[in-house]
Amino acid sequence: MDTTPSSDIAMASQPHVVAVPSRKITETLTEHVIEVLSDSGEGAQKCGQTFAAIAAKMGNGIWTVEIIPAEIQPPARSIEGASGNRIRVGANRISNGGDEADLVIAFNEQVLIGRLRARELKPGCTILLENKWSEDRNPEIVAAYAETRDQLIDQGFDLHEIPMEEQCLRHVKDAKKGKNMFVLGMLSSIYSMDMKMAREQVSFIFRKKSEAVVAANHTLLDAGHEWAEANIAFKYKIPASKPKAAQIVVNGNTSLALGVMASGMQVCAMYPITPATSASHYLSEVFQKVGGVVHQAEDEIAACAFAIGASYAGKCALTITSGPGYSLKQEAIGLAVMGEIPLVVINVQRGGPSTGQPTKGEQSDLLTACFGSHGDAPKVVMAVSSIEDCFYSMITARRIAEAFHMVVVVLTDANLATAQQPFTRPQFSEGWVAASVDQNSLPDGTEAYEWDGRTGLARRLVPGQPHGMHCLTGLAHDRNSRVAYDPEINQDGMRHRSLKLAALQKTLKIPDVFGGDDGDLLIVGWGSSRGAIEEAVERSRADGLKVSSLHLKFIQPLPSGLKEIFQRFDQVMTVESNWNDSMESELIDDNNRRFSSLALILRSRYLVDIDCWGEVKGQPLKPGAIYRVIRGKLNLEGGDDAIRHN
Amino acid sequence: MMPSATTERLLKSDTERHPIEDYQRCVPRWCTGCGNNAILTAMQRLCRDERLRREKTVFVSGIGCSSRFPHYMNTYGFHGLHGRALPIAEGIKMRRPDLNVFVNTGDGDCCSIGTAHWIHAIRYNMDMTVLLHDNNIYGLTKMQASPTSPTGLKSNTSPRGTQLQPINPLSVTLGVANASFVAQAVDWIPDLLYQTISRAFHHKGFSFVRILQRCPEFVPALFEQAVTDPAKILLLSHENGLQISTELSKVYRNQEKHDPLDANRAREIAAVTEPIPVGILYQDVNAPRHEDVEDPDKLGTPEMVKSALNEEFDKFTIWPSE
Repeated sequence: MDTTPSSDIAMASQPHVVAVPSRKITETLTEHVIEVLSDSGEGAQKCGQTFAAIAAKMGNGIWTVEIIPAEIQPPARSIEGASGNRIRVGANRISNGGDEADLVIAFNEQVLIGRLRARELKPGCTILLENKWSEDRNPEIVAAYAETRDQLIDQGFDLHEIPMEEQCLRHVKDAKKGKNMFVLGMLSSIYSMDMKMAREQVSFIFRKKSEAVVAANHTLLDAGHEWAEANIAFKYKIPASKPKAAQIVVNGNTSLALGVMASGMQVCAMYPITPATSASHYLSEVFQKVGGVVHQAEDEIAACAFAIGASYAGKCALTITSGPGYSLKQEAIGLAVMGEIPLVVINVQRGGPSTGQPTKGEQSDLLTACFGSHGDAPKVVMAVSSIEDCFYSMITARRIAEAFHMVVVVLTDANLATAQQPFTRPQFSEGWVAASVDQNSLPDGTEAYEWDGRTGLARRLVPGQPHGMHCLTGLAHDRNSRVAYDPEINQDGMRHRSLKLAALQKTLKIPDVFGGDDGDLLIVGWGSSRGAIEEAVERSRADGLKVSSLHLKFIQPLPSGLKEIFQRFDQVMTVESNWNDSMESELIDDNNRRFSSLALILRSRYLVDIDCWGEVKGQPLKPGAIYRVIRGKLNLEGGDDAIRHN
Repeated sequence: MMPSATTERLLKSDTERHPIEDYQRCVPRWCTGCGNNAILTAMQRLCRDERLRREKTVFVSGIGCSSRFPHYMNTYGFHGLHGRALPIAEGIKMRRPDLNVFVNTGDGDCCSIGTAHWIHAIRYNMDMTVLLHDNNIYGLTKMQASPTSPTGLKSNTSPRGTQLQPINPLSVTLGVANASFVAQAVDWIPDLLYQTISRAFHHKGFSFVRILQRCPEFVPALFEQAVTDPAKILLLSHENGLQISTELSKVYRNQEKHDPLDANRAREIAAVTEPIPVGILYQDVNAPRHEDVEDPDKLGTPEMVKSALNEEFDKFTIWPSE
């Protein structure tokens, strides 16, 4: 978005000449994507999150994305060490991280390079860069700074060199601590934020610190604000509508943990793994308030087995992990399937295979979730698509697990794990909480698995119940849980375990189509990409295109009615962040093309020629990219060429 | 097995005694002469004598010959995954401290595929009785060397004899900080086997009993000398340990008064494999137990969930401004 007065270029080349604009014109925007970047530990993340919270408080729509280096202490001033936050602020509700950044604040020039290479910066966007490096004692740093600065200017970026350090040192001895609040003040000025709310939010984030610390941060906030008011020529306003209801602002993993609490589950067994672990961190802090416990097991397998043991003897338990840990749990998941033990397994997906991209999101575990574990192991697979969905899905997953005595796999990913989006504060309902475990005596002669021939469901027997004694086993077993030696028994057990999925399927609603009921193209998605897909569909529909989308929450079992929906569109394609072979590749043809996961599942079930598009770049799918895919698929100008193969 | 009318009547009282048959589910399918039979009998005696409520008792096992054990007990049972009996048992015990939890595991199950769980289970020190049925061989998969197979043992995977030193389960257990009960028994001295598992059951904490168990099918000669020659056995007796009857003392003259509080001597005893030490090597009733230091001290109610959630929501709420 080109919104900057051209006179600012002069400021960039003369950093120490402070041009005081006589009168600023405040430009009204519908939205902006802002990035705050620093070395790890300089507080850009806190700055960005606080800014987003203030915006949310004012009634703006927000979506924040953490920019996290893979290492704990990456070298200072390094490309891979960029740490910070992307904040998309809008006048209306925001459902995803958006496209390239409109304005970037960087604490050094190196952290910009990685973002530039990742094409995360909008061409010509505004960059506010700390200028202290131009006078560093180390000539190499001075040279590196000058080189990048000049390149950015040459490439047409609207670069402003800002004496952040110098200004901070007027107020504090160590600018490293507090520069982020100075930057927050600058952002507050640029985006015309309510300074009372900003001060309140700063007080809130430092509420556990001393009054002196809060005061120092207020001083820096005000200093940043004043400096920007006096020295930055542009000023924006993103209109906000006052929120009517109380909103919760948390990231996806915290939302999951709150949902776990709300569901009445009381045991979470886990082993540390990125990006799942932050959910357990938060849960460890609060779970005891509801009699819950987070058990850090010795390994992923033990975590799953522990949860299975807890679930077998009590309320449904939970294990949470990411890709590699999910692979390790497969045998134990099969045991829970075989023994019909309720279990919730959360997989916060990351880039794979192997160690892959631990801090980056991907949607590559769908097939493993559906078909993982040896043998036929029917289990429920559902995917969450927003921060709010993370919360409520935990309650749904626990309920299904307990009602059907099944494993429920909940797929989320690194993108949702660290993203923040406000949602309406939930109103507690008693129905969320798991009931106490039945310890009543059973009728004499109760069988361990009294399978219902129609639904496959059987009463669940819990240790402590008289007359329920049996030996649960992972071996093929009969209705009394006795090891099967008869050839019919295995067939019978398999049938009943499989039927439960059909019984659940009959309760699922036909999902809503976003956009129009019929048309030229239907995009099908699942998981974290919902906001980006729907935004791309909205943009396309604004162009007059007959494009709609469908987002699936349940992937195993799939709800009824999908084939009928697909038939109402000329073309159907999935958009998902996992691998598919591009038809552009020389060797790829219809005989060997590997499809994206959901496309593969839908093609095999519905015999519909469903195409797919996806990227595995470790970034959330962008609405702009999906928009270009849509145009490409419809052979329109401005479309992605790679998709025009049909 | 369908509970009989007699069983029904007996269930009415916690304190009423069940005959041993009430703890038997079916005829075990172990080989004739298998040491597991003796362990099963000792356990069923223990259940009867301790008047354990069958519905309040869970036997958890892994995979292997010995892990069939829970199928033969007329209690709750959990025959799970190879090597993973301990974490399953931990999950059960954490949520249900009211249950009597026993674990049956073999030398392959515990000392090979499940080693990590074993080490950590010792460290967690949760209240459960763990029987390591150690026959020094993989039986169910047909005679492969196990980590406790003596050096030189010929098996289907070591046709020229094993080359490596075996793992010593007693030394390993005693090497983990927070070990709280370590004993060794042999299947062919039923009196001491019974006494040992009884002491293990009464110990509050993780009670680890290694039981040398004969496998007449695959390694019939392995414990032959120890069975026939009492000099190959060292009985550990103490007022805090096992009580050796005069009859047994006449046969097993090789005895040592060993106080189970003495950790250093326990390690020395554990390290010697001939003569085979039998008795309680170590007991520390003060070792911190997982349930005392880690477990929640309250049961959640919907009211608690509501208030805790609201408390947490407050931290993250943006209230509409006035």
